[in-house]
Amino acid sequence: MAANLALGGQTAETKRRSLLLEAGIVIAIALFLIVILPLLLSDFRLNLMGRFLALAIVALGIDLIWGFTGLLSLGHGVFFTLGGYALAMHLKLQIPADASSQLPEFMSLYGVTELPWFWQPFYSFPFTAVAVLMIPALLAGFLGYVIFRNRIRGVYFSILTQAATIIFFNFFNGQQKLFNGTNGLTDFQTLFGAKVNSPGTQYVYYVLTIIFLVAAYALCRWITSGRFGHLLVAIRDDESRTRFTGYNPTGFKVLVFAISGALAGLAGAMFTLQTGIISPNSMNIAFSIEMVIWVAVGGRATLVGAILGALTVNFAKSTLSEKFPDIWLFFQGGLFLVVVLFLPSGIIGWLRTEGRNLWRSVRGRNQVATYPSLEEDAEVEYERQNIGD
Amino acid sequence: MAISILDGIFNGLSVGSVLLLAALGLAIVFGLMGVINMAHGELMMLGAYTTFVVQNIFKPLGAFSQLYIFFALIAAFVVAALMGLVLERGVIRYLYGRPLETLLATWGVSLILQQFVRSVSWVLVVNLALFCLLYFGGLWLVRKRPDFEQIRKLAIAVLLPLSVGIALTVGSLLGKSFGLTATKPWFGAQNVDVTAPKWLQGGLPIGGYQLPYTRMFIMLLTVLCVLGIYFFLNKTPWGLRIRSVTQNRNMSACLGIPTAKVDALTFALGSGLAGVAGCAVSLLGSVGPNTGQNYIVNTFMVVVVGGVGKLVGTIVGAMAIGITDYVIGTGMLSTLFTAIQPVSNFFAFFATTSMAKVLVFVLIVVFLQFRPAGLFPQKGRTVDA
Amino acid sequence: MSSQINRRKFLLYGSATLGTSILLKACGSAPTTTTEASPAASGEASPAAAAAGDGIKVGILHSLSGTMAISENSVVDSTELAIEEINKAGGINGKQIVAIKEDGASDWPTFAEKAKKLIDEDQVVVIFGCWTSASRKAVLPVFEEKNHMLFYPVQYEGQECSKNIFYTGAAPNQQIEPSVDWLLEEKGKEFYLVGSDYVFPRTANTIIKAQLAAKGGTVVGEDYLPLGSTEVTPIISKIRSALPNGGVIYNTMNGDSNVALFKQMQGAGLTADKYPVMSVSIAEEEVKAIGVDFLKGHYAAWNYFQTVDSPENEKYVAAFKAKFGDDRVTNDPMEAAYISVNIWKQAVEKAGDAGTPTDLEKVRTAAYGQKFAAPEGPVEMNNNHHISKTVRIGEVRDDGLFEIVSSTPAPVEPIPWNQFVADTKGFTCDWTRTDIKAPETAGKFKGA
Repeated sequence: MAANLALGGQTAETKRRSLLLEAGIVIAIALFLIVILPLLLSDFRLNLMGRFLALAIVALGIDLIWGFTGLLSLGHGVFFTLGGYALAMHLKLQIPADASSQLPEFMSLYGVTELPWFWQPFYSFPFTAVAVLMIPALLAGFLGYVIFRNRIRGVYFSILTQAATIIFFNFFNGQQKLFNGTNGLTDFQTLFGAKVNSPGTQYVYYVLTIIFLVAAYALCRWITSGRFGHLLVAIRDDESRTRFTGYNPTGFKVLVFAISGALAGLAGAMFTLQTGIISPNSMNIAFSIEMVIWVAVGGRATLVGAILGALTVNFAKSTLSEKFPDIWLFFQGGLFLVVVLFLPSGIIGWLRTEGRNLWRSVRGRNQVATYPSLEEDAEVEYERQNIGD
Repeated sequence: MAISILDGIFNGLSVGSVLLLAALGLAIVFGLMGVINMAHGELMMLGAYTTFVVQNIFKPLGAFSQLYIFFALIAAFVVAALMGLVLERGVIRYLYGRPLETLLATWGVSLILQQFVRSVSWVLVVNLALFCLLYFGGLWLVRKRPDFEQIRKLAIAVLLPLSVGIALTVGSLLGKSFGLTATKPWFGAQNVDVTAPKWLQGGLPIGGYQLPYTRMFIMLLTVLCVLGIYFFLNKTPWGLRIRSVTQNRNMSACLGIPTAKVDALTFALGSGLAGVAGCAVSLLGSVGPNTGQNYIVNTFMVVVVGGVGKLVGTIVGAMAIGITDYVIGTGMLSTLFTAIQPVSNFFAFFATTSMAKVLVFVLIVVFLQFRPAGLFPQKGRTVDA
Repeated sequence: MSSQINRRKFLLYGSATLGTSILLKACGSAPTTTTEASPAASGEASPAAAAAGDGIKVGILHSLSGTMAISENSVVDSTELAIEEINKAGGINGKQIVAIKEDGASDWPTFAEKAKKLIDEDQVVVIFGCWTSASRKAVLPVFEEKNHMLFYPVQYEGQECSKNIFYTGAAPNQQIEPSVDWLLEEKGKEFYLVGSDYVFPRTANTIIKAQLAAKGGTVVGEDYLPLGSTEVTPIISKIRSALPNGGVIYNTMNGDSNVALFKQMQGAGLTADKYPVMSVSIAEEEVKAIGVDFLKGHYAAWNYFQTVDSPENEKYVAAFKAKFGDDRVTNDPMEAAYISVNIWKQAVEKAGDAGTPTDLEKVRTAAYGQKFAAPEGPVEMNNNHHISKTVRIGEVRDDGLFEIVSSTPAPVEPIPWNQFVADTKGFTCDWTRTDIKAPETAGKFKGA
């Protein structure tokens, strides 16, 4: 945040320049991912990368509400899954005209003879594309409204979002005839006539994911840098004071929660395309909490941190569970503890403070501040810890 | 008919009392300290595993073994309370005032505990003990140096890999020389069986129905626990201290109450109760690494509905949720409203156990629209803290 | 003061050096101990051996963590036992089998990911794995896309017949249907169906309802418990009001809920003589975990019990106990996993080679008609990728094992597409047929 605030004091010219620089870097990284990386990685690893990039989109959403607004949602799995289901329903309706049944195959197995009414609109791709974003957004908006309206916040909000995951999990899990229950929707054949699972199509999805991620990053960057962003931070740091200043936080919180839900939906859709399955299992609590830890590892309230965290943790998970399948939970649990206890502002936060200091001392340039901040004064710190506040 | 209503009431109450027992420790930790303990379920699991161990120790003792459950209750309380103490001293005390961080950290602890019971074996125990001995012993030695603050990082950087390395090496040597006896997991990933003592099996027949003894035992245990907590908080000096720290931490510290000790004690107490709950539910359900996970959301719901910081709220909340769940799940409402077809159909749709849960949680969210702070909200200045 | 510091320094550095030297020594001695053990003796050969290029790489894909680890771990053990036995006997055509283990983590997308990894990265020639239907459905597109091979060792709900999957567990007609027939004959006509809330119980119950309707039984109630839930009081109340004078309970619950059901049924006075429970997910391991006291007198339907009386079974049980400990038990999915490895081995031997993934097609066709003297009795791989199996019904006895009360005189042929369900009636599967025209496939077509 400090960097953002500092920008305010600079002239418009330098601000514009730094923005251009940032855009340049983002585009360069995106091009690297799109052009160079496929040459370096095998199909399998590239597919993994694509999936993790999709997860990075939901991490951005979490960062928006947790890092910037201070709302810890433990239910983003629901929005993620809903986005995935919306797209999967469209995919399931891509039935060749000469097939024996014009229903998704699980329906005929469970004796459904007619397509349920809410499946009908998913024949249309534009509707599906809107639904991927809007269904999670509307749900998040509604949920946010009923919770924030009553000024329920903090851990209560977290617990209620957790209850929401149980509601949706049980519902989707139990509705075998409508959503194929536990098995979820899988075995997709074609989208726009292209085979979903062929390497070429998968590469297209990979590129699309990167484009969406860049767009999501730009959106979040835009939201958080302006006045709206400052308001979110104000709500995070002291909601009551914000209220007294004349703002009503409810509307802002609902809006940002809905945006975050939409991002999760988008992520879910891209993830589904690249995994080939969406099931109620991704609404379980563990997955939603895992999303939060991605952001925590990367660094809260830094958008780059969210992306970095999602990629790092997922690659770690993938490789560690390949090498030591039995003890992955130890690592994951330890990660939660280490991040919360020793790296409260994540990798990026560490780089900005201690990492920078370390770099300076390595280069032998120990910068001396004119007014050493109280936070860095060892004596003050000692008194704080031992005398209590 | 009268008996079936009686049976219904009994069942509803017994579902509620299991919930209450499970939520009691959470209510104390959350209500009095504001700490969200996601590892609460895993502390219950530890209690359940303790019950299993005690049961096996008592097995060869003949008739006396039927009394194992009482020893198991005590042992479960002690084990879970000790674990809670370690958790508080090692993790939570650094996170007071940051409930969201506590939530994440305790979730991490819960994952570790789950995997721990799966893979705990002699090798692992020796590893852990050796590591603690070397690392903390080493730190203790270094700490005595006057320039400790300067070399702290260096010392940690040297000690940590060293002790990890030594512990792992010794562990693998042990594994090689003793083979299966050393590396075989104590419990493994499988569930383990806890069998209620003979006098708790079966039930009290009333008409065509039978009230299970285990359920009655749990209800009795719940009542005793609630009374015990009430007595402890309201009639003992430590209870007084706990309450005062809850109301105003700074003022209590100024008046000489050792707040750190109070925190540790409160947390240990809450954890111990989780252990007791774990022992109780092992009589009803399974004992396995995932046992705790099944309770965590339900118990949080109880605390939220009841309102934080009030024991009576937790009691009423647990009973309300338990009874509603039972009434919807059995389809009683559906038969009650047979006259009004749509209403009856609506309840019939939710009359399976898994759909009942959906409806109950929706009802909770609706309920919070009217009473956002729960049934018995805390009043006063501490509310916003 | 200074001397004190020096002494401390000495202690610190001294202990550090000592520790390092121990560490170094241990590292130095470690390789000698591993070389002593021959690669054949260690069940899971090290990756180094795989790199040497003289092994056949196979994948094992099960949940080693998460909720399903409870069941799947022992299947992994049995798979490893079978591989070890083959390796000890000289491998396949002189080549050792190298197993690569992956964790599906009870998460379906992870299963798909790991399946891809095993096929693409590790270049395995076959994968043994999956337990839940959801995990199988999740990996199915992967196997079809890569035209690879999976051996699936668990009894399941049927209604599937993939070219790329060999099903070595029971199809419904080899477990559920015979057990319902037996119950109708021996125990009564009124059924209450309970299950966990997921695909297998719901599909199984659809089949049972259709079967009962055809054979004169009635279903008085049906209920589903969320996976892992242990509060069964509402179910017990409903059973009692639906069956006041006793009746049959057909139980398709999975895992933790079983424990709760049996413990609480006993407390509520629903005893085995009035309310016999037929379970299809309770095997020897589960009996151990639930507690014999609660299960005595109830029934289970499987193809294999540890108590099957045959020399093959004696050998299998003895070998398993020798490797994993005397207190371990064997069960049906474990035995099916053991069959999987052996049938695959025979197919590879017949095909000549399986060293490279290109020979998969040869192995697949060689698998048809492979016979194996399994612990459960003779089994044979059919053209529909399922195997013929003996059906048994067991009653839980005092020692936690099953007393076999009924068993079919000969192995039952598998029928993957259910003939009681209207939608799949009349469909069959035969992957040796090449004359089937679209839209039908050799996996699902009308006629014999």
